[in-house]
Order: sequence, then structure tokens, then C-alpha cells
Amino acid sequence: MIVAQDPTLQDFGHDPWWLVIIKIVAIFIFGMVMTLLGVWFERRVVARMAVRPGLNQAGPFGLLQTLADGLKGAFKEDIMPRTADKVVFFFAPTIAVICGFTALSVIPFGPMVSIFGHKTALQVTDVPVSVLLVFACSGMAVYGIVLGGWASGSTYPLLGGLRSSAQMISYEVSMGLSIVAVFMTAGSASTSQIVAAQRSGQPINFFGLDLTAPGWYAILLIPSFLIFCIAAVGETNRAPFDLPEAESELVAGYMTEYSSLKFLLFMMSEYVAMVGMSAMVTTLFLGGWRAVPPITTFWEGANSGWWPLLWFTTKVVLMLFVFVWLRATLPRMRYDTFMRLGWRVLLPINLVWILVLAGIKVLREDVDSTSRNLILAGAIVAALLAALLWPSKKKPPAPTLEELAKSRPAGSFPLPPMDLAVPPSPRARRAVAEREPANVGAAPEGEQA
Amino acid sequence: MSTGEAVTFWILVWPALVGAIGMVLARNAIHSALWLVLTMLSIGVFYVLQSAPFIGMAQIIVYTGAIMMLFLFVLMLVGRDASDSLIETLRGQRVAAVLLGIGFAALVGTGVYRALNQATPAGLEQANAQGNIEGIARLLFTKYVFAFEVTSALLITAAVGAMVLAHKERRKGERRGQPETMRARFFPGNYPGPKPGPGVYATSDSVATPGRLPDGTLTERSISKILPVRELTSSESAPKGTEK
Repeated sequence: MIVAQDPTLQDFGHDPWWLVIIKIVAIFIFGMVMTLLGVWFERRVVARMAVRPGLNQAGPFGLLQTLADGLKGAFKEDIMPRTADKVVFFFAPTIAVICGFTALSVIPFGPMVSIFGHKTALQVTDVPVSVLLVFACSGMAVYGIVLGGWASGSTYPLLGGLRSSAQMISYEVSMGLSIVAVFMTAGSASTSQIVAAQRSGQPINFFGLDLTAPGWYAILLIPSFLIFCIAAVGETNRAPFDLPEAESELVAGYMTEYSSLKFLLFMMSEYVAMVGMSAMVTTLFLGGWRAVPPITTFWEGANSGWWPLLWFTTKVVLMLFVFVWLRATLPRMRYDTFMRLGWRVLLPINLVWILVLAGIKVLREDVDSTSRNLILAGAIVAALLAALLWPSKKKPPAPTLEELAKSRPAGSFPLPPMDLAVPPSPRARRAVAEREPANVGAAPEGEQA
Repeated sequence: MSTGEAVTFWILVWPALVGAIGMVLARNAIHSALWLVLTMLSIGVFYVLQSAPFIGMAQIIVYTGAIMMLFLFVLMLVGRDASDSLIETLRGQRVAAVLLGIGFAALVGTGVYRALNQATPAGLEQANAQGNIEGIARLLFTKYVFAFEVTSALLITAAVGAMVLAHKERRKGERRGQPETMRARFFPGNYPGPKPGPGVYATSDSVATPGRLPDGTLTERSISKILPVRELTSSESAPKGTEK
């Protein structure tokens, strides 16, 4: 059996300079290609969900449409508003893009492979705090949006920038707390080690039963997973949380005044951030580059060599699909409900969950099995008692429609009688009977004759 | 200092210094904040260089990512073109500030020097023996746990205090929800429909012309309240000399 080689932290930092350059260029190309295909993918999927054909003109399945749009955009006139803060206006989109690409540099794409006879991990680099690096990058990327909004020197972009900054501060807290649960379980903050920690399930003893906990943190730490996904959508400014560019309220938000290449850079940064966040969800919660269990049972070599690149990309594309799916399904949230969701729902749930997780960890490691079972049983009984004895508020019976109508004060707006039956109009019936079928012209020629 | 460390240091020392100086000299508050961001980023990288990756990343996430973002948020509310005025409102304030600043720096410098003069450094290997994050976590949650908790209590007190000062408490009935608004809208005596539009006549279609109700009376409800009452002066109403 070929064993997948998990890189350790000692494996990083010894690559020759040409290998580092190859890796960096590969990451850049990955980001670019994922952007090009991502826009196409999004437009195709949204079209399919809206029962439209979608992109189908440029190239097979409209695959080249993004390329054509990009080329066209690059040759557009670059307009600098007169009221803009020139330097900041210029740098804002580049900040957003650079931060998006930097975050990709610590994402593990695969195990140890051999490139030109040199054994190296499919990852540009890894540090003991690489998850925090991604986090820092996503925090810095918001500077691009905020500064872009501010430097444009007009109202709507400024409002978009303000919204973006408040949004980012609120959602980064929830996101950071959901990562804490991963750190606690994996015992490391480095991406490659977190992937290695999700390799296999751990045995747990539950009231004398020997069970195997699932390896993926998406199942093991499901509250953290869900909160991280929600916060990731908020952090990347995607629908339903795309308030900074809400086109029904703010024209195009922070990028209203941008044109040509700078606008394209903003577009690209959005998609690169999406890819980065999907890769992060894959790495932290979906087992990283490891194949899904049914594949590994039939095929032992699935997790070695270059194959993990395929599993990783598949998982990332699945996560991207979720992003697109959300956009096609959910309407944009109102700003105050959005803030309330972040501070009053996600944050408390996260804090309680971390407390529970810490309790479970202490129970598993530092307490002997008898007292552990006693504590667990006590907690379950207490929860059941609380659920049973929770005082329920009695609702008064809802008044009927007649009672409501009678209770209105004198002089109210007139209401039609409640039992009014409208007889069908004889004119309407005649008109329906005399109308020609609408699809006469569409019938095949043979039947018409 | 290894070669890579030295090269990175000498590259980043200039942004750090320029950022610090630019922060003081910049006229525009936002530019000032941006210069400070540059300095903080460079300092974050310096921490990473000196085998303190956790502090470096925390510096970037917390200070650059969150605190400076809050600063920007507030500065943007102030307005884009709000620059510092150069008029001294307090006489001799600048001189006093410079003197006090130098004095404070000297005090802190000598304090740190005297505290660390006799201390023997343990070395990075010992400090990072079980990993950087683990080392910091062990210290924070064992030796310094009380100081850590007291600091967090202080911060929470400050945050709660700010909220108490800024938050306007509304009683339960004070804020009108959607059902109450609808009830008030359809309450007898209130006309639930939209207000009538201004009048459009052969002689005038100005928004300041009141519309006519079905019974022929003019209604003031058709005119916006913000429109000032304005009458033409005699020169304005005199026929213009177009047929000369």
C-alpha cells in the first residue's frame, strides 16, 4: 500500500529558488484560471437555476466569454474621477488582488511529490501560524474595498466602503472564533498539520460503546463549520451579504467610479477571495486534499502523488457551487438584520460551542471513565429537565376575522362584507369561449390543412 | 542575524520609518492612518523575522485589520476633505507636546533599560521550545492568567461604558413596529392613501401650485412642506424682451 506522505513543518523552507518560483507561478495561474472559469461557472449555474441558457456564444458552452469580457474591459477608457484621491484610488484595487493571491500561498494542494527529482510538498510554504496568515490577508483585502470606496470621492462608493468595513469587523470575529475550535481539535494552526489531523477518525468511548469519530471537521465540529461558511460569505462580500455593492441601493457600491483594468482587478479580487475562502473551508473542514472515503477504500493510491490535486480542486469547485447557489437562491439581507445575525446569533453560538468543546476535551483527556459517564449523564438529565420544565408562555387565542372586523372603531376605513360572493361575469365567460387558441400559428403545417 | 533576515530587515526598515514620519506629517487624517498601517505591517513582518510568528500575525490581524479599520470607519464619517487646521487653539501646545513626548520616551526607555539590564535573555530556542503559539499560550494561561483576565475585564468595561454612553434606550412602546404603523395608518381620521399631487393647469404646472380636490377646493396637502413660499418680483414677472 502506498501511504500518502503528509508534509511536516520541517519539510518547508528547503526548496531551491527555482522550485519556489515555479510554485508561486503555479498558484498565480491557479488563481487566474479559477477566476476565469469561476465567472463562467457562476453565470452558467445561475442561468440554469433561472431556466435560461446562459453563456453560449463565445467558444464551446460560452467558455471564452470571460476572456472576451476581460480583454474588452482592459481596452476601455480608464476614467479617474476629478474628486478622486489619485494615489489611493490607484492602489486600492491592487491591494485587494494582492491580498487575495497571498492567501493562496499557504493552502495545501497535495502531499509530498517529486518535482524534477526534488521531493517537496504541493504548497508554496507553511508556517506554524499559516491559518492566521490567511486570516490576516482577508482582513487586509478589505482595505482595498474600503479605500476604493473612500478614494472615489462620491457618496455611493463611500457608503459601500463604510458598509464593507463594518461588515468585515463583525464577521471576522465569528470567523476567528470558529477557527479556534479547529485549532483546539487539531492542536495546530498550520494548514498542512490541520489536513494531516483530519486523516482518520479518532476512537471515542461513549458509555462503554467504542465509536469512531469522523475525521472531517465539517462533521466533527459542525457548528464551527456552518458559522465559518456563513462568515466566509460575509467576508467575501457575496450574496446574500453583498451589501457593499448592493446595486439596488448603492449603484455598484465601492466600485461605482472604477472603470477599465481597475474595475477588472476588483472583479478578480472578488473571485480570488472566493476561491481562497473555498480552499480554506476545504482545508479546515473538508479534509483538505484527501480523497473522500469510498474512493480510498477501492483505490489505495488515491491519496498519493498528484491525484490529491484533483480531489482538492473538486472540493473547491463544490464550495464555489455553494457560493453561487446562495447567490441564485437568497435575496440580499437588510443591513441591520445582517449585523444582528453576526453579533447576536453567530457570536454567542460560537462562544457557547467553544465552551462545550473545551468541556468535552477535558472530559475525554483528564477525567476517568466513571466520573465522565456520571458528568455526561448529569448534563443530559439537566438538559432534559430544563427542556421539560421550561415555562411556556400561554398564547391568547387569536381573534377570528369577524371579531377583528367588529372591534374596529366607528368611522374606520370601509370593508366589503365578509360573506360577499362575486358572481361570475357573463361577459368574461363569453369572451373566453370566443377567444382563438393562442398557439394557432405554432401548429405543424400538416395539421392546419 | 542570518542573510535573509538582514535583507528583509533592510528592505522593510524604510517603509516602517517613512510610514511613521508620514503619519505625523500627513495633512489628511486618512492618509495619516494609511501611513500608520504601513508601519504596522512592517513591524508585523519584523516580529515574524524574529521567530515570533504569532505576535506578528496578531499584530497584522488585530491592529492593522481591526483597529485601524475602525479608525478608518470613524475618519470616513468625518468626511473626505476634513484636513487638520493649522491654527493653534491652545497657546504653546505644540512645544509642550514635543517636550512631553520626548520626556515620555526617555522615561519609558530608561525604565525598560533598567528592568532588562540585569535580566539574562533565555534565548529563542528555549522560548520557542514547544512551538511559538504553544509557548505563548502556556504563559498566558498559567503564569499571567490573572493579568490577562484583568485586562480583558478592563476592555469589556470600557466597551460597555461606551455602549451605555452612546446607546439610546427605547422603552417597549416607544418604537413603532410594522403592525402598529399599519393600525395608525388605517385609524379613523387618518387618510390611508397617498397625498394628492400638485396641480397641473393650463397656466401653471409648478410643484408649488396646489392641486384641486373633487369638490373644487385647493388642498395644501398637495404641496411639499419644504417648498418655500415665493412670489415673483415685479422685474421677474415683467415680460421678457424677446420680440425686439
